[in-house]
Amino acid sequence: MRWESWSDFWFMGGYGLYVWGSMGMTALLLLVEMAQARLAHRRALALVRAEQSLENP
Amino acid sequence: MTMRWFYYAAPQTFYGLAGRLWPWLAALALALTLAGLWVGFALAPADAQQGEGYRIIFVHVPVSWMSMVIYLAMAFWSVLGLTFNTRLSGMMTRALAPTGAIFAFLSLWTGALWGKPMWGAWWVWDARLTSELILFFLYLGYIALTSAIDDVRRADRAGALIAIVGAINVPIIYFSVKWWNTLHQGASVSLTRSPSMAQLMLWGMLLMALAMWVYTLAIVCYRVRTLIIERERHTDWVQALPEVAGAKA
Amino acid sequence: MFPLAIGPEAATLRHIGPGVLWVGALLASMLTLPRLFENDWRDGSLEHLVLSPHPLGLLVLGKIFAHWLVSGLPLVALAPLLGLQFDLPSDALGMLALSLLLGTPVLSCIGAIGAALTLGVRGGGVLVALLVLPLFVPVLVFGAGAVEALNSGLGAQAHISILLAMLLPAVFFSPWACSAALRIALE
Repeated sequence: MRWESWSDFWFMGGYGLYVWGSMGMTALLLLVEMAQARLAHRRALALVRAEQSLENP
Repeated sequence: MTMRWFYYAAPQTFYGLAGRLWPWLAALALALTLAGLWVGFALAPADAQQGEGYRIIFVHVPVSWMSMVIYLAMAFWSVLGLTFNTRLSGMMTRALAPTGAIFAFLSLWTGALWGKPMWGAWWVWDARLTSELILFFLYLGYIALTSAIDDVRRADRAGALIAIVGAINVPIIYFSVKWWNTLHQGASVSLTRSPSMAQLMLWGMLLMALAMWVYTLAIVCYRVRTLIIERERHTDWVQALPEVAGAKA
Repeated sequence: MFPLAIGPEAATLRHIGPGVLWVGALLASMLTLPRLFENDWRDGSLEHLVLSPHPLGLLVLGKIFAHWLVSGLPLVALAPLLGLQFDLPSDALGMLALSLLLGTPVLSCIGAIGAALTLGVRGGGVLVALLVLPLFVPVLVFGAGAVEALNSGLGAQAHISILLAMLLPAVFFSPWACSAALRIALE
């Protein structure tokens, strides 16, 4: 293992802000993207259902 | 052989195929990400010059590569769509665009965060950064154009044209910016590591790059399914889908 | 306007002059783009043009040329005069005019594709700007760069060659791409 302790890991040799700022933004945006894709999918299904119920009340 | 391809070009068949594929791709992407992060953060040593700060490349290089690969993929599907007039090609291009734009943004973001500690500036008009910025705007242009046109077919085809024109320009833009950069003798920074990169660093980067690639495949499969449902919702087969009947997504 | 805003220091003006004028060329081209096909489209004559037996590419080329006459050529003609405001030496003035002469038609060619794609689309002007500005960048780089290269003694041969290399394909291919765009827009 490379790191002596967890605090060393977060500190990242002084570059913590930059490294975790990068990793964090990447993780954040990809998670948001996945969540948004799921939401869009559910909305599409709801749309089909709504139109169906309009046709067959 | 050609019959097989055209078989999968039908939205209904592709829907099924993508539905079976994306969970496996997602799982693979996760595994690759964990492996890449393990190699990159637990195993790879610190850099002689950049200390621990270099570890940003484990995301920076993969997202940069993907932002370019995705644009090429968009151009590929656009050419296919305009040539064969298949509905699926337009959907594939549209499904790729948001992911490409996100990767382009991340390339700029991580590039800035790498640049600040290393060269003292959040932004330099380096050839690659500037080209990446322009690529980001090309993505935004495509998304804006396809969103602004209401007629789906027209939007797909207009988007395809701008994607192709953009793709032709990407090497020209890169070349021109590189030329401009060297003339101005600006910060001639190199974002790649020297060839004598430690094995582990290289492995970490490759694993993460592969992870992003597989992630892209997964999310595009997922997104295309959504588009298919939206666009083909008046067909019998969509109306009969179990997902529609049930309350689950 | 720029000398008034930035101050009369000759060295600064000479440095930024070509760039400023080139950005002006970009704006002139861009701001007149939405109107390129708009009027014809509104009164229905664009459809007639598309359906006519004459090759659409030639008709489009005519439109592009007209756009250039209105937005590009005046700037080429005025360039020496405008350049004087920035205290550019006479050989730089010539290079500026030449670079604009070669570059502004390319802007019209590329811009026409953008205008055709966005016919009647909401957000028109801004959308066209977003679409074409990234594609304008290489022209800007080599156009303004030609004058700077001359000023710094490096010679602008390469820049001019590249501008030519951009102009010829632009003139040949953009009518074709623009026709395709018009057909897409009119379906």
